[in-house]
Amino acid sequence: MATATTVDFEAVIGLETHVQLKTRSKMFCSCKVEFGAPANSLTCPVCLGLPGALPVVNRQAIEFGIRVGLALNCQIAHSIRFHRKNYFYPDLPKGYQITQHDTPLCFDGVLELPVRDATGNPRVCRVTRAHLEEDAGKSIHLEGGTLVDLNRAGTPLVEIVSAPDLRNAEEAHAYLTTLKRNLSYLGVSELSMEKGSLRCDANVSIRPVGESRFGTKVEVKNMNSFKSVANAINFEIQRQKRILRAGGTLHQETRLWDEDKLETRSMRSKEEANDYRYFPEPDLAPFEIGRGWIDEVRRSLPELPEKRLLRYLDDFKLARAEADYLVTERELGDFFEATVKLYDQPRKIAAWISGELTHALSERNASLADLKLEPARLVELISLVEARKLNNITAKEVFHAMLGTSDSPEQVARRMGKLIEASGAAEDPAVAAAIAEVIAEFNDKAVKDFLEGKEAALKFLVGQCMRKLKGKVDPKELPPLIEKAARG
Amino acid sequence: MPAIKDSFELTKRFAAGESSAEATLQAALRMIDAREPRVGAFLHLDREGALAQARDLDARRKQGQKLGPLAAVPVAIKDNIHVAGQATTCASRMLEGFKAPYDATVTARLKAAGAIILGKTNLDEFAMGSSCENSALKQTRNPFDLERVPGGSSGGSAAAVAARMALMALGSDTGGSIREPASFCGVVGLKPSYGRVSRYGLVAFASSLDQIGPFTLSVRDAALSLSVMAGEDPLDATSSSESVPDYLSALRADLKGLRVGVVRAYFDECPNQDVAGRCRQAVERMKALGAEIVEIELPRAKDGLAVYYVVASAEASSNLSRFDGVRYGLREKTSSAIQNYFATRGRGFGPEVKRRIMLGTHALSAGAYDEFYGRASKVRTLMVNDFKAAFARCDVIASPTAPFTAFKAGEKSDPLSMYLCDIYTIPANLAGLCALSMPVGVDARGLPVGLQLQCAPYAETTLFGAAGALESDLNLNLAPTL
Ligand SMILES: [Zn+2]
Repeated sequence: MATATTVDFEAVIGLETHVQLKTRSKMFCSCKVEFGAPANSLTCPVCLGLPGALPVVNRQAIEFGIRVGLALNCQIAHSIRFHRKNYFYPDLPKGYQITQHDTPLCFDGVLELPVRDATGNPRVCRVTRAHLEEDAGKSIHLEGGTLVDLNRAGTPLVEIVSAPDLRNAEEAHAYLTTLKRNLSYLGVSELSMEKGSLRCDANVSIRPVGESRFGTKVEVKNMNSFKSVANAINFEIQRQKRILRAGGTLHQETRLWDEDKLETRSMRSKEEANDYRYFPEPDLAPFEIGRGWIDEVRRSLPELPEKRLLRYLDDFKLARAEADYLVTERELGDFFEATVKLYDQPRKIAAWISGELTHALSERNASLADLKLEPARLVELISLVEARKLNNITAKEVFHAMLGTSDSPEQVARRMGKLIEASGAAEDPAVAAAIAEVIAEFNDKAVKDFLEGKEAALKFLVGQCMRKLKGKVDPKELPPLIEKAARG
Repeated sequence: MPAIKDSFELTKRFAAGESSAEATLQAALRMIDAREPRVGAFLHLDREGALAQARDLDARRKQGQKLGPLAAVPVAIKDNIHVAGQATTCASRMLEGFKAPYDATVTARLKAAGAIILGKTNLDEFAMGSSCENSALKQTRNPFDLERVPGGSSGGSAAAVAARMALMALGSDTGGSIREPASFCGVVGLKPSYGRVSRYGLVAFASSLDQIGPFTLSVRDAALSLSVMAGEDPLDATSSSESVPDYLSALRADLKGLRVGVVRAYFDECPNQDVAGRCRQAVERMKALGAEIVEIELPRAKDGLAVYYVVASAEASSNLSRFDGVRYGLREKTSSAIQNYFATRGRGFGPEVKRRIMLGTHALSAGAYDEFYGRASKVRTLMVNDFKAAFARCDVIASPTAPFTAFKAGEKSDPLSMYLCDIYTIPANLAGLCALSMPVGVDARGLPVGLQLQCAPYAETTLFGAAGALESDLNLNLAPTL
């Protein structure tokens, strides 16, 4: 029998993701949902937990919840109830959170991940459930005491629980990007981990390879980016392996990720865990969700990324990587399709978007809207290249220069002195002069090779001419002119 | 004011210009000045506010404005129902210093109907009790015998109406908290069907059982006040959208065609045979008025008390979690946030409240849930089915309201014997029925005896019809000599 020091372990990971919904009002009252308002200004008797106040379900939150479920390929329940989860905390005004326990709004979903297993098939992760609940307020711990801001209290959340199908940090990261990608199409949440509108806890355990039972589960909290989720999982897997290999035992506990020290530390053990005493919320009758409503929400959904991806591969014959990229955000695909409508060269346009546009987005840390790039201007730019008024290099320079402005690419190119105004290089005296100079300079070597029929030599000469002309010419026009000059 | 029989008569006189709202109020205040020192029904009186309301009503009537159906009626409100700007104490130290920032829906509807809000009445702390003795703030006495309790938990409201210090009062009924004190104080007490009246602004005890209802001097007053209070409230998701019928027109003179169900054991095994006897006579009168008497069975009713103390305590343990000293009410400052909780709740809640919080917390805990809360919920469903079967055979069920008449203060020191006060009233809350208690006579000591009538959910018209006919027939006019 293998001892603990020699066995190979595999990790079993499940993720719990909280998504804050940007409904007009809170989950159970009519207070506005807003980030950054003065403390406790967005409150009322209901979300302050005043005696005598009662919750009323916000239909828009249910609708947003259904959208989330459909985007995660879930089934939607036809009747749901809410439960109370009881615990004391200063930022939990009622002493209980209204959540869903045994009848989640959404269940049995699945996500296909952009990673492949050993046989080359895409990995899938099941989504066990997605349910609605209300957020708590915020406690601000200061030296002299704790302050409580209840603006956030009662904000609708969807808690999405994955099955324990993930096996490493890379898969967990892929699950989160896919989840975020799918939800970004719905317009129901900011999905910002920085602002707390997207939060993720990880359940991590390990077991010997081949074992079907689960090991002792550790819940890891307090990660503030997808990257820190991956880091925390990696740390936790290594920590657990180290303990088991040293002959130790693991305890069921909750651990906090420390972003500075890059390690997890124990927050509370299972024995210290709350008994939440869930029971049906008597202030809310069971909520019926008609099939008609679900169908209506389904019809109102935009095309979701999984379907869009297949269409891009089939209809536009894009490369997989490009298509994958174009569906990461709804806006990118929308922009792509709007551009293709104006100019039927999908692969060329896809190359521009996944190349220069992406470059600009990440360089400027901006959104597509910030760049003020209209499909028509991108098409105009591509047309200038086709008409040989710009070459590939100058076109990129013009592209970046026109972002954030409303000028046409031609205006920008002219201002930059990059526009090839003449009808062709043949009539351009500057081109003739440059070619003459290059031939004189490389007469005995490259010109000789070229005249002997060596392709590489021609490319070299074209490059030298382009350098002298500072790219202000279409390189495709040069070879016949060079040949003419070389042959004297 | 003794000249005025009930609110219904008062509103007619006021509308006819025979009396002013201010004069009516002054009469009520004189009664309060004379009797309140001995009865102790009120926790808070709003003399100025009431006077302003009365003058406003008189002015509006002078201008010929159309006034509401409760115009000029002085009403007292149980101190677990919010009146904006006034303290809501729930007779607990926990809510020290708390002022209600908004009107309960019922308060708003009463005000809109022209009622004059006199003040807030005493109760068992957080409505947990059957004698008003669990009030942390005051001892209320029974106007018929000052050594005796007024019943509870809405004892202050029952006593205020019985002593004619108010013509109408609001209570809340979770397991009998309107009907039992109504029975002890010789007034009419109505628990409407669950969902008939909005609970918004009622400090919750057990959300699936609580209903607000009136104490009145007549059945027609109960019908009148329910027609003002009932109806859907967008702020209470458990309020019903069922339309509100004209309850006053449901009153009738005879009981021809009415089937009155009787559970024999409720009479035969009643510990006070004086009570059983009075109630039997009342049922006989109903028969004489044309009703048919039907013997029925409620096999699971005997489990009502057990089910109730699990379900009500479980909900209470959660509902009372918000009293933590963080945002309002009492706060005991200690060295840490967690110690604040222990200290505040330890000092703020009285023994009965603590007992029920512990009971309910246990009933919901991981190891006990199935055996307690889960099982109680199942038996509750069976009880609902029992009533459905019973109401297929009869229209109204008659029984004593309580197994005895008002007892002496301090007489029931054991909580279990106190819990038995509600043995006949609890099932109506568990099944969401409408029910009322009406006086049908006095026992050998001259203490009022109450008859309970129960009808199926939303059959208030049947309930008022039966009670109204019996009331006219009995023509009791019970009043304390204070
Ligand atoms: Zn609110």
